[in-house]
Amino acid sequence: MSHTAPMERAAVPSDAAAGTEAAADANPSWIRVEGLDKVYHPKRSAPTLALSDIDLHVRRGEFVSVVGPSGCGKTTLLKILAGLIPRTKGEVSIAGREVDRPIPEVGMVFQAATLLPWRTILQNVMVPAEIQKLDKRKSLARAHDLLDMVGLGEFKDKYPFELSGGMQQRAGICRALVHDPAVILMDEPFGALDAMTREYMNLELLRIWKESRATIVLVTHSIPEAVFLSDRVVVMSPRPGRIAEVLDIDIPRPRELRMMSSDAAGVYVERIRKYFNASVID
Amino acid sequence: MSSTNMSTNASTDPSIDPSAAAPNPAAQADQKPSDQSPPGVSSGRSWRPDLRGRPELWLVPAVFVVVMLAWEFGVKLFGVKEFVLPPPSRILEQLRVQLESDLFWRHVWVTTEEAMIGFVIGVLAAMVLGTAISQLSLVEKTLMPYIVAFQTVPKVALAPLFVVWFGFGLTSKIVMAAVISFFPMLINVIEGLRSADADRIQMLKVFGAGRWQVFRKVQMPSAMPFIFAGIDIGIVFSILGAVVGEFIGAQEGLGYLLLQTNYNFDIPGMFAVLVVLSVMGLVAHAVVRLIQRRVTFWAEQSRVIGA
Repeated sequence: MSHTAPMERAAVPSDAAAGTEAAADANPSWIRVEGLDKVYHPKRSAPTLALSDIDLHVRRGEFVSVVGPSGCGKTTLLKILAGLIPRTKGEVSIAGREVDRPIPEVGMVFQAATLLPWRTILQNVMVPAEIQKLDKRKSLARAHDLLDMVGLGEFKDKYPFELSGGMQQRAGICRALVHDPAVILMDEPFGALDAMTREYMNLELLRIWKESRATIVLVTHSIPEAVFLSDRVVVMSPRPGRIAEVLDIDIPRPRELRMMSSDAAGVYVERIRKYFNASVID
Repeated sequence: MSSTNMSTNASTDPSIDPSAAAPNPAAQADQKPSDQSPPGVSSGRSWRPDLRGRPELWLVPAVFVVVMLAWEFGVKLFGVKEFVLPPPSRILEQLRVQLESDLFWRHVWVTTEEAMIGFVIGVLAAMVLGTAISQLSLVEKTLMPYIVAFQTVPKVALAPLFVVWFGFGLTSKIVMAAVISFFPMLINVIEGLRSADADRIQMLKVFGAGRWQVFRKVQMPSAMPFIFAGIDIGIVFSILGAVVGEFIGAQEGLGYLLLQTNYNFDIPGMFAVLVVLSVMGLVAHAVVRLIQRRVTFWAEQSRVIGA
């Protein structure tokens, strides 16, 4: 199960990634989406095709962002990956496991921090461990480590209303990591934060990603954010939501904020922005 | 616990004081409460009244004094008969006489007992039924029309019936108190359980929560501000219910005493009983608020509905 520490998981190849490097390369999909359609059937109006023929393969440990104009179905895609809503057609699996309901290998970070106001920060971070009935002592130790890592060590026993928005969102990220998930899904996690906090959180996220070795799928409105963080950026077009292009971001790691003003980053941002502009003119 | 994220952390044992390993200097300005502080004990908030910011703290007693003085001297000035409206001084005198009598305390105890037993039964019944209604849509669809219909019946009007069914003893008053505190509680339990934030429920589901966990970890805590609003109304209503029950037929209790003083034209005595009844209501309300502040401290501005 998922309470092994990240170090151990990285050292011992799991069944899903079975065997040699070559085998892993042959079947590189930690997250596998094939021929995915999603049709919504609203009451009193015609069905709408929200996602059409989505193919997406994400390697283990990869950082992938999904961008696209409003209404392109990127949040729908994320909710299907989280097992929150059923798909209409196609296949979706994570770590070799079919996703038709929420699976414990997934951690999720939401648009709002969505902390429970009657619980302390530490108790909030422990929520997934409680739900999945993981070993309490180990989970507590991990929760303490995570909170220390994001600089919330002194705030463990505070309540959410005593913390700023950025701090709450950091606690939300700790909560997504406490059960040591193989995949972290993020739904515009920094949308509500001011520009300064957002940049800081981006750096923070890269650090957390590096240390947890998790696979991340991030949905965002911000093209520069997607380029800065990701190995690959998936650009979606609206009505119906399709994948317009998948870009490999060849900017060396570790990344720093000043790299965002480099030509390379600018080229990626411009190229992605074209899709947005096209759909605005539509 | 071997972990990759201990690099900045001198401590390897998470059970020792976490502040020793705190990487955040900003936190040091903050006086940290003891590690295992129970919920509800929030950081040092002063309860000393600040008269400048809160004029009501002297306005409320001032209004009381002015009204009492006007009453006292107005009654004498216009020669109002004592059996119509006695002056506060006579009421106070009568109150002192009553408070010294064991029989009076017996009446107080009887009414308190009826109200509290009825209140507890009413609240528990409302919690059980409210939970069933909010969790099972079939129960909701079946029962809601009856609940709405029954809600429009003035519960006080049922008191004579209860005396017929349950006799002149405690039981008929307990039933009255239970019925009258049941409805505001029921509505608040249902609304409270429904008030749970959809995003919070979705969050729990992503992490694999089932229905029971969603109920226990989100819906129940979310309902607490509503439940306390219901308790606050219900506990005062239960005293009302007990007194009304005693009006119809009883040998003891404050309602009975009210009728006795009324028959005897002991109007100052009647007022004294009314004073005691309002003090009982105030004490009940204060106790509920005290507990509420500790339990729902997180709901600074709770969206709660009334009766």
